[in-house]
Amino acid sequence: MTRIDAKFAKLKAEGKKAFVAYIMGGDPDLDTSLAVMKGLPGAGVDVIELGMPFTDPMADGPTIQLAGQRALDGGMTMDKVLDMVRAFRTGDSETPIVLMGYYNPIYARGVDRFLAEAREAGIDGLIVVDLPPEEDSELCLPAQAAGINFIRLATPTTDAKRLPAVLKNTSGFVYYVSVTGITGAAAAQAAAVGPEVARIKQSTDLPVIVGFGINTAENARDIASIADGCVVGSAIVKEIGAGKPLAEILARVADLASGAHSA
Amino acid sequence: MAEDGINSFMTGPDEQGRFGIFGGRFVSETLMPLILDLEAEYEHAKTDPSFWAEMDDLWKHYVGRPSPLYFAPRLTEHLGGAKVYLKREELNHTGSHKINNVLGQILLARRMGKTRIIAETGAGQHGVATATVCARFGLQCVVYMGAHDVERQAPNVFRMRLLGAEVVPVTSGRGTLKDAMNDALRDWVTNVRDTFYCIGTVAGPHPYPGMVRDFQSIIGRETRAQLQEQEGPGRLPDTLIAAIGGGSNAMGLFHPFLDDPSVRIIGVEAGGKGVDERMEHCASLTGGRPGVLHGNRTYLLQDADGQILEGFSISAGLDYPGIGPEHAWLHDVGRAEYVSVTDTEALEAFQLLCKLEGIIPALEPSHALAHVTKLAPTLPKDHIIVVNLSGRGDKDIFTVAKHLGFDMKV
Repeated sequence: MTRIDAKFAKLKAEGKKAFVAYIMGGDPDLDTSLAVMKGLPGAGVDVIELGMPFTDPMADGPTIQLAGQRALDGGMTMDKVLDMVRAFRTGDSETPIVLMGYYNPIYARGVDRFLAEAREAGIDGLIVVDLPPEEDSELCLPAQAAGINFIRLATPTTDAKRLPAVLKNTSGFVYYVSVTGITGAAAAQAAAVGPEVARIKQSTDLPVIVGFGINTAENARDIASIADGCVVGSAIVKEIGAGKPLAEILARVADLASGAHSA
Repeated sequence: MAEDGINSFMTGPDEQGRFGIFGGRFVSETLMPLILDLEAEYEHAKTDPSFWAEMDDLWKHYVGRPSPLYFAPRLTEHLGGAKVYLKREELNHTGSHKINNVLGQILLARRMGKTRIIAETGAGQHGVATATVCARFGLQCVVYMGAHDVERQAPNVFRMRLLGAEVVPVTSGRGTLKDAMNDALRDWVTNVRDTFYCIGTVAGPHPYPGMVRDFQSIIGRETRAQLQEQEGPGRLPDTLIAAIGGGSNAMGLFHPFLDDPSVRIIGVEAGGKGVDERMEHCASLTGGRPGVLHGNRTYLLQDADGQILEGFSISAGLDYPGIGPEHAWLHDVGRAEYVSVTDTEALEAFQLLCKLEGIIPALEPSHALAHVTKLAPTLPKDHIIVVNLSGRGDKDIFTVAKHLGFDMKV
C-alpha cells in the first residue's frame, strides 16, 4: 500500500473528497517552491502533484508553460526536483507526492536509475503525459514493479472500447481530464463531467479525480461532488507566477481546498 | 540485402510504429483514439485503388508530376567528377516537395470527415502547400509558424494568407519550428473532434513517419524510372544526396532504393555555425542523442537533463532539434550516412547553382548541393549522383541578400 492508497482509504473512511494541488517544481526558484510545497498540507491539500519542468510541455497552457520556463531559468534540474522531495519528506512522511511531467527528462536519466532515486526520495506516483498505454513497457510497468503508482489520464475521447486498456496497468487513482484541451483551458462543467466519471467508476474501484479547468472554490466543490476529488493547477501556479507572498498563495490554496472539501 | 540479420530495410515501421527502437506513439491520451483512427484509415486507403487513382490524378494535373530528373551539365563540368542529376521537386506546384504529402493527408482527412486542418511550418513551404490544398478542397486551414520564422519568411506568410489560411505566429520558446509544432499539438488536443493535423515531415507519432514517407516516395520511384530512361535499362544512381531537417524529402528519395546495396545514401544535416560544443546547429544525428519529443523517439539535440535545445540554421526549414525516426534507425544500422554542412557552405552552393544552371534553389537543398560540391570532384566521371532539389529559393532571397550584404530596399 502506497501513501496514495493510504490517503484515499483515510478520506473514504472520513467521507471526504480529495483536494489535489499542482505546483511546478522550482518555480520561480527552489527555495520559494519548497516553501509553498511545505505549506500545502496545512492549507488542506491531500495529494501534491509536483511538476517536473520541461522545455516542451505540449499538454500545457501558457500558465504552466511559463512556470516551467521560470523554473528552468532559475536553474531547476531533475536532481533538484528530487532534492525538493527529500527536503519536504524531512517534515512530512504522510502526504503523497505525485511527479507530473513529460517522458524525456526521465528517459535521459535512465528509467531504472530514475525509479530508484524517486522511490528513495519519497515519491509515490507518476503522471507522464506523453506515455499512453501503448507505451506501457517504457515506464509504467517498471514503475509499478518498483512500487510507484503510475497514474493514468482518462479523457473525453477515451471511449468504451479504449477504457479497459487505459485502466489496465494503472494504480493509485485515475485522473480524468475534464476537457479536450490543455491545462488552464475552458472551465470544467460538472454537468458534462458527471456522467463520464460515473462511466469510468463502473469499470474500476480506483478513486477518480478530475482535473483541468478548475479555478474557483465553487468550481472545485461542484466537480468534487461528482467525483472522488479534484485537481487544481494553473489557478495556483498563476498566484506563484504573480509573485504573491507565501501567505497569500496558501490562502488561495486553502480557499480552493475548502471548496473541494465542502462537496 | 542481408546485413546484421536485416533482410530488408523497407519493411518498417512495425505494429508499434517502431523503426528499431525509434518512432512509437508518445502522445497524450486525448490524441490516442484519433491516432488509432488515422492509422486504420490509412491502412485501408493504402490498398484502395480509388485512393491512389485520386492521388495520381491530382499529382499529374494539379501538382505537375512527374517532376523532371535534370542532368546538370555545367555544374557537373565545374565540379569535374561525378555526373550530377537534380530531381526537380522545386518545379512542383507551390515550389517544393511538400505538396506530395499534403495531398495524401488531405484526402485522408476528407475520408475521415474532418473539416478543419492545422499544420506547423518552418520555412513556410509546408504551410503554403497545406493552405493551397485546403483552398482547393474548401477546408478551413490554420498554420502555426514560429514568430522568428514569420519574420524571416515573410513572402510565404503572405502567400498563405492569400490562400485563405490563418497564420498564427508562435512566440513560445525561440519561435521556430519546434515551438510551432508544440502549439499545433496543443490546438489538436483542444479541437481533436473536427481537426486533422497535417504534419509536414516524417516525424511525429505513428502512423505519421511511415505515412508521410509513403506519400513522398513518389520522388524516389520517379527517379528510378527516369534515370533508366536517360542512362539505360537497369542503371541505378550510385549516390543519393538530400538535405534533412525532419527528413521528408530525403526519405522520399531514399526509401525506394534502400534495398539496392550498390546505392550509397547520404543525408545532409544543417551544420549552422559548425557542429561543436556551442550547439549552434541542427545536426541531430551528428550532435544529438536518442530522446522522446513530439510523439516519437529519435535523435534530439538536448542537454544532459533531457531538456531540448534550440537548433540553429540559416534555413528555417532545417531549424528543428530532431529528425524523423526512420533516419535515426537508418543511421544506427548503417544503411545511410549522415553528414553536416555549415550555413556558409550552403550559401556558396546556393549561388553556384544560380550561376551555373540558372536555377535558384531553396536554402534547404542548398545544403545537399554543398555536399555534392565536396563529393563529386572525388568521384569518377561515370559515377551518377542524384540530388533532391526539394524547393525553389524565391522565399529565401531576402535572407540571402542580407547575408551577402545586398540592400533589397528600393
